[in-house]
Amino acid sequence: MSSLQAPPLSTDAAKTETRGLRLVRILLPILVLAVGIMLWELLVRLENIPPYVLPGPGAVFTTLIQDWSILSRSLLTTLLTTLEGFVAAAIGGIALALVFNQSKWLEYSLFPYAVILQVTPVIAIAPLLLIYLPQQTAVIVCAWIVGFFPVLSNTTLGLNSVDRNLAGLFQLYGASRMQTLRYLKLPSALPFILGGLRIAGGLSLIGAVVAEIAAGSAGAGSGLAYRIAESGYRLNIPRMFAALLLLSVAGIVIYGLLALATHLTLRRWHESALGKEI
Amino acid sequence: MAEPAALPEKSSYVPGGIAVSLRGVTKVYDSGVVALGPLDLEVRHGEFVSLLGPSGCGKSTALRLIAGLNAPTSGIVGVSCRTGKVRAGHSIGFVFQEPTLMPWTSVRENVRLPLKLAKMPMAESEARVNEALMQVGLSEFADAYPRELSGGMKMRVSLARAVVTDPDILLMDEPFAALDEITRFRLNNDLLSLWRNLHKTIIFVTHSVFESVYLSQRIMVMTSRPGRLSAEIRIDAPAARGEDFRTSAAYADYCRKVSNALAPSYAGQPGS
Repeated sequence: MSSLQAPPLSTDAAKTETRGLRLVRILLPILVLAVGIMLWELLVRLENIPPYVLPGPGAVFTTLIQDWSILSRSLLTTLLTTLEGFVAAAIGGIALALVFNQSKWLEYSLFPYAVILQVTPVIAIAPLLLIYLPQQTAVIVCAWIVGFFPVLSNTTLGLNSVDRNLAGLFQLYGASRMQTLRYLKLPSALPFILGGLRIAGGLSLIGAVVAEIAAGSAGAGSGLAYRIAESGYRLNIPRMFAALLLLSVAGIVIYGLLALATHLTLRRWHESALGKEI
Repeated sequence: MAEPAALPEKSSYVPGGIAVSLRGVTKVYDSGVVALGPLDLEVRHGEFVSLLGPSGCGKSTALRLIAGLNAPTSGIVGVSCRTGKVRAGHSIGFVFQEPTLMPWTSVRENVRLPLKLAKMPMAESEARVNEALMQVGLSEFADAYPRELSGGMKMRVSLARAVVTDPDILLMDEPFAALDEITRFRLNNDLLSLWRNLHKTIIFVTHSVFESVYLSQRIMVMTSRPGRLSAEIRIDAPAARGEDFRTSAAYADYCRKVSNALAPSYAGQPGS
């Protein structure tokens, strides 16, 4: 709602307008999706494109249902890997940030290596990990490597963003290190930590997929990414699309869940979670 | 952090005795800027003293030194209190320029903080928190979050948190500077009644002549860069002050007198 237009509108009218705007924002992308799917189906039918070149959305959907028993098992595997990688990234990132915050020496010694781990493409590390680690572990480690850095750097930023006067207050009242950490630094850092976790959720999925593809070429594994690679070799293009669709949905759901968790945690106090009317 | 040194005569709490003494205190920052001093200051128990001066004259620095938040470069900072302990936390309450509340928790928990840090059991702290909230008139808002409060109410929460430990000394660093005039007048009145009821020593930093005259028994005027005392003015008005004092001729006289004493501090500053 533009503030320039606000005065002539009554509050009710303004509210209706806001609600209408929100509806448009939800409906427009859905409309685009529907039109896209229709064009896709139309193109496939009119041009008579065979399904092993480009399957229509109908064929993809049919495959999704027909192959559900295989795909759902793969989905579960990938989700489990992602979850394990994410939890490891969350715990590892936050713990490392806390350690760095307590000891500058450790931070100076180790932080560069965290950066190196982050900037080296994980797809290049994955084959090496697969040589030295059992496959399941290697896949989780990949998901962890990609996910932990945003958690680490965001948590570090958060722990260092404590209000100076509040820190002075804690000092004045003789707070111990643990008390300062628990009652001041961690709550201050919470919005930053949650932001890091939100990024890590998506990245863990990417890490899991990358590792599965690397591992899959070695002939093992049953995750969704492996299904995509396998279906590619067999020219089962509809199943590739179906698996890809599931991966996308998984990514969206992960992001949505983490965004919801952030909102529920911060809604009472943090600017980012507050309505604009305040 | 250096703790404030004890006065020579340790734990010599006498009503009307010296509560805070600064002797030849200076503060030079790492950048080489001389922020303060040398400064000599004595404040008696139960006294209301204002430090008045232009921005950047080191009044806040002086307050932080008394609180033990910073160590002086030279000189002695002495703080005496009933318990004889010089551990700053238990005898000093500090009110910052901003409310400095924890946004992630309720008003009640914000006020409880000093007691929680001192590991006081919940049952005991609850009563003291309620009492402190009552003293500042915020009992109804105990479960509100800071963002739901107005600027004046946030400052009251900050004040409640400062008095919840029942400190001997209250240090206030331009606490009402960011508030509108009406709210400030009300908080001035509330602070005065709080001071009369609780018998605290209050050191109040401000750059407002009117506020300092209205509140204090004694005004220490400071010069800027480095901050030194340039004048000391005693306000001989009854402790119970109200709107009639604010509009009285005596009040206007004092304001003129303090303004004149303050004028040299601004001389040579751009914009004066």
